[in-house]
Amino acid sequence: MAEVAQRFGPFGGRFVPETVIGALDELADAYERVRDDAEFRGELTALLAHFVGRPTPLYRARGLEEVHGFGPIYLKREDLCHTGAHKINNALGQVLLARRMGKRRIIAETGAGQHGVATATAAARFGMECCVYMGRLDMQRQRLNVIRMRMLGAEVRPVDIGTGTLKHATSEAIRDWVTNVASTHYVIGSAVGPAPYPEMVADLQRVIGDEAREQMLADAGRLPGTIVACVGGGSNAIGMFRAFLDDAEVGLVGVEAAGEGLETGRHGAPLTMGEPGVLHGSYSYLLQDVDGQVAEAHSISAGLDYPGVGPQHSHLKDIGRVRYTSVTDAQALEAFTRLTRVEGIIPALESAHALAYLADDEAAARSGPVLMCLSGRGDKDVDQAAAALGIDG
Amino acid sequence: MADGAERLRGAFSSERAVLVPYLMGGYPDLDATREAARAVADHAAVIEIGIPFSDPLADGPTIQTAGQHALDAGIRPDDILEMISDLRDGPPIVVMTYINLLLHRGARAFMERAAACGVAGMIVPDMPLDEGADVREAARRAGVAIVPLAAPTTSEARLAAIGAQAEAFVYLVSVAGVTGGDVAVDEHLRAFIARARAAIDAPIVVGFGIRTPEQAAAVGELADGVVVGSQFVRTMGETTDPAARVAAVTESARALASALPTR
Repeated sequence: MAEVAQRFGPFGGRFVPETVIGALDELADAYERVRDDAEFRGELTALLAHFVGRPTPLYRARGLEEVHGFGPIYLKREDLCHTGAHKINNALGQVLLARRMGKRRIIAETGAGQHGVATATAAARFGMECCVYMGRLDMQRQRLNVIRMRMLGAEVRPVDIGTGTLKHATSEAIRDWVTNVASTHYVIGSAVGPAPYPEMVADLQRVIGDEAREQMLADAGRLPGTIVACVGGGSNAIGMFRAFLDDAEVGLVGVEAAGEGLETGRHGAPLTMGEPGVLHGSYSYLLQDVDGQVAEAHSISAGLDYPGVGPQHSHLKDIGRVRYTSVTDAQALEAFTRLTRVEGIIPALESAHALAYLADDEAAARSGPVLMCLSGRGDKDVDQAAAALGIDG
Repeated sequence: MADGAERLRGAFSSERAVLVPYLMGGYPDLDATREAARAVADHAAVIEIGIPFSDPLADGPTIQTAGQHALDAGIRPDDILEMISDLRDGPPIVVMTYINLLLHRGARAFMERAAACGVAGMIVPDMPLDEGADVREAARRAGVAIVPLAAPTTSEARLAAIGAQAEAFVYLVSVAGVTGGDVAVDEHLRAFIARARAAIDAPIVVGFGIRTPEQAAAVGELADGVVVGSQFVRTMGETTDPAARVAAVTESARALASALPTR
């Protein structure tokens, strides 16, 4: 059995109250036992095939190629997953694991609501009690997902403290877990948090990269020259990148939220603008002030509106394996419109950040096929995008 | 001045459990914290002062809100350390804060500054046993005692390791949860304290959810010290009149301390 990784270079760790250390040990042990267990893998693989709809297609976006003037450009269609984003890959895996551990209650945090919906879905499927913490502001901007979670039988608890975004929802979920640790499993939605979460979530999302690799070899006859994914906490990106880390010829690009512009200070780009620090149990790049108080992030995309990032991304940045860049709200909205019009695919605003990178000269200058992770669909974003784009209903 | 661990060890007595009041630094303002710390000094063996952090994972709503109030008022860690330097003639001070503030400034610089201001110990709830080696080393060099925490979920082996690490005392979290709950002094808590006693030689202080003199008295039967936090923080916020505030915290501290049993 391979031990579950706790650190990535100097990043990661378990900076949490003593109360949950035992539960983290128990989780790491349980995950170590099942990660290569044929029965667990079989159950998860069958669910991913018949419930989620995997493998998701690899789609050649000829419309985008025409607009950008280079190609080929391939989209890994995680937007076609059941519930609308890659989040379900992780939620199902963790809920299956929680069942095996005898936990009756599931909690989660959510920003854009996609992870909340995925967790509520998995909990409904397995008849488990589910409570999702969500910032008040995010509940407004992702109203549709709040309704979906409630329809699925989950309790959605509004978080009022602070700005009412993902950072505060995550803190509240951790406090719930500290209080109810015996009965409850906390399904973290991204590759963040204390060990073993970053490793476990990355492992459960790796199916994205493993499939894409096979599909690229079958469709393009070669590996991609460049792979692009958006990075909030970074779970779709790490799931995609992990299958290619050893392929030195494959360039990896992570795109953070530059919000209203890096120079305005209103952004969600810790890898680009932050310094290492501790938030939500792990040591990683972090937006913080001169005293080490964690700063508020800003992004039009609720899923990227987070001041921290998964610890493996921090390591991949420092060793230079992945290049991290950022795009603004406005650039993401342009890319959102572009994909919608030329391909007939409405992307999530998060994924639109990855797509926006294609408009960068750097993208055009890179050689070989481009593989984009289209991490989710934009149904949840139509109200907000319509308001930003001045489209009437 | 003697090093922090020594001053803290000297605060405990074999005759009776001691009171450890908690105040949030800068709530409702720095003068109020300073005056309250002076006011409770006669009834307290150790005073715990919080340095607010933006994302306090171990704190319930009362302390979170007080900390956010201080942050919104522009209170910075150095303001609180400086205020603590005015309290040298009182009981030893233990600071409670979160690890990112230490790491961001640099553990060595933070600890040296804290020691220079007379801080005797530090409680860092998001720095469990196996993390923060650099912070521990910096604290040791500066003469600041790191006060480790143990929880009801802590295994026997970890309790022993925590005890071995404690230079001054061990802080037992009474319940799985955050600050500001309502502790039940029941067989679970008794069993936990007994487990901790068996594994730990250092004095044991119990906190989280202790509000009333009755609760303090019951916990004081089992522990060497009792932390009362959210209750003092609420009292601090109840009036804007400084004299009334001082009178209220003094009376709270007196009532709690006098409820603590002699052995």
